[in-house]
Amino acid sequence: MDYLTLIQLLDSTLRLATPLLLACLAGLFSERAGIFDIGLEGKMLAAAFFSAAVASLTGNVWVGLLAGIGASLALSALHGVASITFRGNQLISGVAINFLAAGMTVLIAQSWFKQGGRTPSLMGGARFEGITLPGAEALADVPFIGPLYAELISGHSILVYMALAAVPLTWWLLYRTRFGLRLRAVGENPASVDTAGVSVVGLRYAAVAICGVLCGIAGAYLSTALQAGFVKDMSAGRGFIALAALIFAKWRPWYALWATLLFGLFGALETRPDVIESVIGMKVQSQFLGALPYIMTVVILAGFVGKAIPPRAGGEPYVKER
Amino acid sequence: MSDETTVKRQAIAASTSPAIELKGISKAFGPVQANKDISIRVMPGTIHGIIGENGAGKSTLMSILYGFYKADKGEVWINGSKTEIPDSQAAIAAGIGMVFQHFKLVENFTVLENIILGAEDGRLLKPSLAKARRTLVELANDYGLNVDPDALIQDIGVGMQQRVEILKALYRQADILILDEPTGVLTPAEADQLFRILDRLKSEGKTIILITHKLREIMETTDTVSVMRRGEMTATVKTAETSPAELAELMVGRKVLLRVDKKPATLGEVVLDIKGLKVVDDKGVERLRGIDLQVRAGEVLGIAGVAGNGQSELLEVLGGYADGTGEVRLNGAPLDLTGRLSDGQSRRNRGIAHVPEDRQREGLIMEYQAWENTAFGYHHDSEYRAGLLMNNAAIREDTAEKMERFDVRPPNPKLAAKNFSGGNQQKIVLAREIERNPDLLLIGQPTRGVDIGAIEFIHQQIVALRDQGKAILLVSVELEEILALSDRIAVMFDGQVMGERQPDQTDEKELGLLMAGITDTGAATAAKGT
Repeated sequence: MDYLTLIQLLDSTLRLATPLLLACLAGLFSERAGIFDIGLEGKMLAAAFFSAAVASLTGNVWVGLLAGIGASLALSALHGVASITFRGNQLISGVAINFLAAGMTVLIAQSWFKQGGRTPSLMGGARFEGITLPGAEALADVPFIGPLYAELISGHSILVYMALAAVPLTWWLLYRTRFGLRLRAVGENPASVDTAGVSVVGLRYAAVAICGVLCGIAGAYLSTALQAGFVKDMSAGRGFIALAALIFAKWRPWYALWATLLFGLFGALETRPDVIESVIGMKVQSQFLGALPYIMTVVILAGFVGKAIPPRAGGEPYVKER
Repeated sequence: MSDETTVKRQAIAASTSPAIELKGISKAFGPVQANKDISIRVMPGTIHGIIGENGAGKSTLMSILYGFYKADKGEVWINGSKTEIPDSQAAIAAGIGMVFQHFKLVENFTVLENIILGAEDGRLLKPSLAKARRTLVELANDYGLNVDPDALIQDIGVGMQQRVEILKALYRQADILILDEPTGVLTPAEADQLFRILDRLKSEGKTIILITHKLREIMETTDTVSVMRRGEMTATVKTAETSPAELAELMVGRKVLLRVDKKPATLGEVVLDIKGLKVVDDKGVERLRGIDLQVRAGEVLGIAGVAGNGQSELLEVLGGYADGTGEVRLNGAPLDLTGRLSDGQSRRNRGIAHVPEDRQREGLIMEYQAWENTAFGYHHDSEYRAGLLMNNAAIREDTAEKMERFDVRPPNPKLAAKNFSGGNQQKIVLAREIERNPDLLLIGQPTRGVDIGAIEFIHQQIVALRDQGKAILLVSVELEEILALSDRIAVMFDGQVMGERQPDQTDEKELGLLMAGITDTGAATAAKGT
């Protein structure tokens, strides 16, 4: 495997890791506040559709992004009302959101665009294009650093950089601010927050809302940056892989980055069977490569996580006791 | 500082309004009247005790004061002005701090983080933490409350955790401190330390409300005491002018025997012989680290210790629902510690009866009726069977008789277990287990959450069983109970037996040291200090 292939592989890793990273951080906020969210998948899917649809109708991808975030936020609000206000079962609410999103997107897509449940292909301003960072072209011919900068670091859409920036931002918010302290506390022992005179409900809604925004961006990325338009079930289990990455990352932002990059790498390998062939010296079935991210999810969860302690109050509605 | 204190004291003496005054507080939950027209005055700079049985309404009253519940009727006056307390925030603002029975701490946060939680200055943590660190030093100096600000809560003992709770209240500038059953989880030495701290707080002008069901604590620490019974405040008296017997009578509504009357034990053969018993939990932690114990016929062996030092595991493995290694013999024949013959049924067949520590989770099915609960574990008995089916009529009849003999109120076999009070639930379990004429009775926390009247009855039953020549292994975190009932006392700490004592040749102080892992040589033996 030559250097350029490696750079291309990593470049593709980064692009595929971005939606996982955003969804993983979304789950991190929610679960750190004690609200389990298996509806990441559904929120991403809804956001993917609405951002593509609105971008297609308006021709402006930024309006599309806002629509995607809005759709995801609406589902988040549903999850919040069910699991925070009415203290329902968080898993059931999440499953319901996944089903709702899977059915609703195709239905509306068919009714609006009549293209078999997809949106028209997005072009021009209706899509996030790669950004060429300053100096990328000038450096492109410099050995070693040139390809690294021009191919790997430069040339991604703005959402990739936003996702990467979200990692230190999340870390800072969680560990350096009052909001983060309270958020972590409410996921560990909501009674401690309640007796301290802070609203458990308010904090959990805030966390769920942040989760909605990040899922919205993740979904928009799928349909307006990674691909050019919405197709049925395009989130393809990424919400669940993000949840696996979240456990693998032990609910920490920097670990989330590494975990999602790892899953991104599995995804990238799928598209480059030649790389695998040259490394292990034999041909691998393409079906197997396609299943690789999912297989690795199971393997990692089963064996490599070690002791991952979830937030102690996770999944339990808070009921004030005497 | 002494001048300052004098000034403070004079100021307090001069002010005539009570720190807290409740006027006619009533609160009902559905048909249950938890608080009925309660009025109380607590003067500043005093320790006021509130004593009462479980369900007497103490916690409800304090929850109203801390803004968890809204009273149906009545007024709260703080320092002479009428105050509305709709939520905890308002209670904190009114200068009320609460130390709950179950601590409200975040286990994986540091002491400092727990203290500032909800009382941060500004959006960023750094300045808040720095300020709290400075304040903590001052508080430590003022009140003798030393803690390591950077320790994680999960790494410090319960005594320290409680100190953090007190510091939390003081950090929020509480002048009125409410402590709900504060000594439940403490060793006697830790409890003494807590009371010294409370005295110090009092001398600095703080007002303290101490909620407890332990008469001794009331007598030793409080200035005044209020007694609650069935949602009503039955009396408020000066502690110096009352006695434990009078308070017990006020709590229960009749005269109560506080001591246990018993003859000297007549020892028989060794019934239970334990050698080198070990238990490893599912996290791989060794919970029992080689236990050697013997219980003879006709004696009560009391196991003392702070909760969580292996007593539960001991009961579980002997009761047949945890695996262990080592050698255990019952009447000379070995007992299986793993495998098919290590379950509750096999244990019962061998003559072991078990009254588990947590009656609501292990002893009863709360949704089931009393007669169903009475049959559990004995449902294969011939008198409960009619061919392949259960003879429900016979079980109900038998249950009615048992309820009569054990004074279970109400004596209705068709009432669900959850509808009985704690004491009556315990009587149902006790009747089921000891009426089978077992050779060995395992009994854990027989009177936890049980009112004084029922405690008396349960203790009499245990002594009566002993006098019939049965062997009894008693586990209790209540040292008074251990001292009152046991013929021999073994103290457990960190999965080991620290020593055995005769109840008439020891005292709470010596046992307390053993419970903290300190043996005669004066050295702490294990790393798990408190």
